Amino acid sequence: MATALTRKDFVSDQEVRWCPGCGDYAILAQVQKIMPEFGIPRENVVFISGIGCSSRFPYYMNTYGFHTIHGRAPAIATGLKVTRPDLDVWVVTGDGDGLSIGGNHLIHALRRNIDLNILLFNNQIYGLTKGQYSPTSEVGKVTKSSPMGSVDFPFNPITIALGANATFVARSVDVEQKHLGDTLKRAHSHRGASFVEILQNCNIFNDGAFNDVTDKAIKADHQLVLEHGKPLIFGKNRDKGVRMSGNRPEVVTLGNGVTEADLIVHDETNLALAFMLGNLQAPLPTPIGVFYATSRPTYDAAMNAQMAEARAKQGEGNLADLLKRGDTWTVN
Amino acid sequence: MALPPEAAGHAAESSGLGGGAAAKPHARRDSVVIRFAGDSGDGMQLAGMQFTAESALAGNDIATLPDFPAEIRAPAGTIAGVSGFQLNFSSREVFTAGDEPNVLVAMNPAALKANLDDLPPNGVIIVDREAFSEANVKRAGYASNPLTDHSLDKFQVFQVDVTKLTTAALHSTGLNNRAVFRCRNMFVLGMLSWLFQRPIESTERWLEGRFKKTPELLNANLMALKAGFNYGDTTEMFASSYEVQPAKIVPGLYRNITGNAATALGFVAASVKCGLPLFLGSYPITPASDVLHELAAFKNFGVYTFQAEDEIAGVSSAIGAAFGGAIALTTTSGPGMNLKAEAIGLAVKTELPMVITDIQRAGPSTGMPTKPEQADLLMAMYGRHGESPIPIIAASTPADCFECAYEAVRLAVKYMTPVILLTDGQLANGAEPWLLPDVSKLAPIKVEFASNPDGFLPYKRDPETLSRPWAVPGTPGLEHRIGGLSSEDQTGNVSYSPANNELMVRTRARKITGIVREIPPTSIFGDVNGGELVVLGWGSTYGSVREAVKQLRDKGKSVSHIHLRYLNPLPADLGGQLRKFKKVMVAEMNMGQLLKLVRADYLIDAIGCNKIQGRPFKVNELINRISRSLEG
Repeated sequence: MATALTRKDFVSDQEVRWCPGCGDYAILAQVQKIMPEFGIPRENVVFISGIGCSSRFPYYMNTYGFHTIHGRAPAIATGLKVTRPDLDVWVVTGDGDGLSIGGNHLIHALRRNIDLNILLFNNQIYGLTKGQYSPTSEVGKVTKSSPMGSVDFPFNPITIALGANATFVARSVDVEQKHLGDTLKRAHSHRGASFVEILQNCNIFNDGAFNDVTDKAIKADHQLVLEHGKPLIFGKNRDKGVRMSGNRPEVVTLGNGVTEADLIVHDETNLALAFMLGNLQAPLPTPIGVFYATSRPTYDAAMNAQMAEARAKQGEGNLADLLKRGDTWTVN
Repeated sequence: MALPPEAAGHAAESSGLGGGAAAKPHARRDSVVIRFAGDSGDGMQLAGMQFTAESALAGNDIATLPDFPAEIRAPAGTIAGVSGFQLNFSSREVFTAGDEPNVLVAMNPAALKANLDDLPPNGVIIVDREAFSEANVKRAGYASNPLTDHSLDKFQVFQVDVTKLTTAALHSTGLNNRAVFRCRNMFVLGMLSWLFQRPIESTERWLEGRFKKTPELLNANLMALKAGFNYGDTTEMFASSYEVQPAKIVPGLYRNITGNAATALGFVAASVKCGLPLFLGSYPITPASDVLHELAAFKNFGVYTFQAEDEIAGVSSAIGAAFGGAIALTTTSGPGMNLKAEAIGLAVKTELPMVITDIQRAGPSTGMPTKPEQADLLMAMYGRHGESPIPIIAASTPADCFECAYEAVRLAVKYMTPVILLTDGQLANGAEPWLLPDVSKLAPIKVEFASNPDGFLPYKRDPETLSRPWAVPGTPGLEHRIGGLSSEDQTGNVSYSPANNELMVRTRARKITGIVREIPPTSIFGDVNGGELVVLGWGSTYGSVREAVKQLRDKGKSVSHIHLRYLNPLPADLGGQLRKFKKVMVAEMNMGQLLKLVRADYLIDAIGCNKIQGRPFKVNELINRISRSLEG
């Protein structure tokens, strides 16, 4: 490229139409900010989304974009990436789009390890349809469609992705700009399906759903930032940690004989650890960062390798010969 | 042995009784219909297909109709497990697999019971005598053994000890009983090959390929085949063999082809012609899976096949591939069409080219998965929310699937639209000789991706075709967004403007109706200037309708035939052509779907001729129906 691109190059001419105060603005800003760092020409970038508030995302990116139908973005992105491995393909989805109506496509894209960057905006509510409980809403949630409280047990996006054998699984938060940017960059550099759950505040229908990890006054005591090779330490005074008690995790305060050496050291390549961390819940802290990262051949590369192998072995297909395959006979 | 008499003057019946091994006479036949029937696992489909290949190589015109249960291995010996394969081979032009078999090969009592109703009096039955044990007879639901209770007296029954003879022939191989039992189909094939003077060399070659890795099984199958052939020659049972002379068909190079194979080849040809990779997103479903299997083997042609997690992912992945500039396909049958409807609507709205192939089967719901029907026409026309017109093409014979698949791609990329290709289970698995096309003479398919950013707008249309540019990711300066939301003319930006919405809906509809300019004038078989009655058909009913109309015309009746390939839009001259006839009869395997369209579009008081049995029309059924209509 002759000149380096800037954030503005990735801003489309469309007016952004999310509700004022929506967490989606912060995510959009961060994505637009980091895109130039990849050094990829705009024309080689494609954003594909399904339906929902989050899925309006492609309209605001000055790249190629496809706002598709509810839940199907991973399948549409699969067809694109398989035939066009040269493109940088992103999928933007939400908790309803990706885990309810499109749950099947999400898990299959992850297990196939299609080289996609999948961003799941989790606001634990249906926003576009005006506030019904979602597959990540907590039991007991009172909404228009659950006046006595929801009786649906929620999905955990992280353990769903791990269970689908995703090769990159991470979580970040809309308002944690630096952490979000770093996490997205890690996701982008990963070859294969990268899954990033982004905790996102819906200030209209589910305001404050993630207060414990976003409220400056208390978040340090609830947010556990995962870093590969480092002990699990958190807290305002960095004096709390997570250690194993038997085969269960527990929170301890450092000091009084408890040292960093007693704490669990994060290992992104340990699937069992990733599952355990993915399942942490109050009173244990909420982990953010990369839970799991491993390397496995991608479906798109493997399929294109088969095509190359077929051509190497059989030669470029010849149509006239193909039609004549099998028993033929001549009528005079 | 005597086959039912042919048309007078054609048959040279031998009167030989047990002519002996040396020089048994040949008797000549114009055409013969054989049905092979047995348990699903008896290999009757294979025997039938190989007999077909032998007959094609012998120069006959042929048509086949496999008929198998949806269960892969229903309990052995039960009616539910009976699998059949019918073949019509002839020295004349053949349009159907035949109304009724002249010869029924029944490998067990259930196969006999399931097929006996279709056999005319004096028809030939060949059975494996040993399969008619007390237990098997009972399992098939017979109260007594039909071979001994005189219930088959009006037929000619040949009892052959197939199992015993095969076992004896393979004695030296040392194979176990089960392996020997599985060679019975080759014994039967050999025997029938002798009886109808078929060359068995092509079957030998085929066996060599199939059992390349298991020489002991290859040897056993070859021995069984030859033993059957020699048995026919030496036994006292068959007085003569039969000869069906080669048919007079258009000169050229031929191969035998099923509809699904032809469909796959048509797509590959189109992809080669326009120089773009082919992408098939598909979920396995009967009777469409063979197109996936065929295409999966063509990777060196740049064919991507993606076995998706479900029907919706099949069509969705194809939409993604189309967005990226591939020739995109999805293949399915009725239940899958239902599931794909929303995504097809997205392709209509975003005006991306792709071909959706619906290989129709008998419904509703799971219905009869292996049986043909034509009841998805109105779903193809209207089965999406909102105004979302789609061009529809229907193939009429197995080989015609090649041309229709090719044409569907040509229209899709020229008009930037999804196209629906309708075939059905009968075409999919039926076979006929195919005159191989000259690759250089296939219609050109021109694709030009947009590349110039100056004045580029994603919905700026070609003034003639009204198609929008195909602007694929990776093209600098053409970055744009498309989607399912209503979009502004030219720019494609999201728009809720009422007038703009109507403009876009009407423009897309005009684009599709404009395809009428591609459709050749309607050809009438029969009274080109009009007459008493015309039968209007589409799809796989072609053969039965043409044969019925031909036979009625031979008797001097004023009956004609119009067969449609283009169902949406309908040919521009169709209304005028139909009005030349006093009566219009629409023959289709549904409750009257094309009939509704014809009545609605042309205000013609057409009548229906309908069958919903998961079976093709018999020629005689059509003749009776048409005759009644002519009288009344």
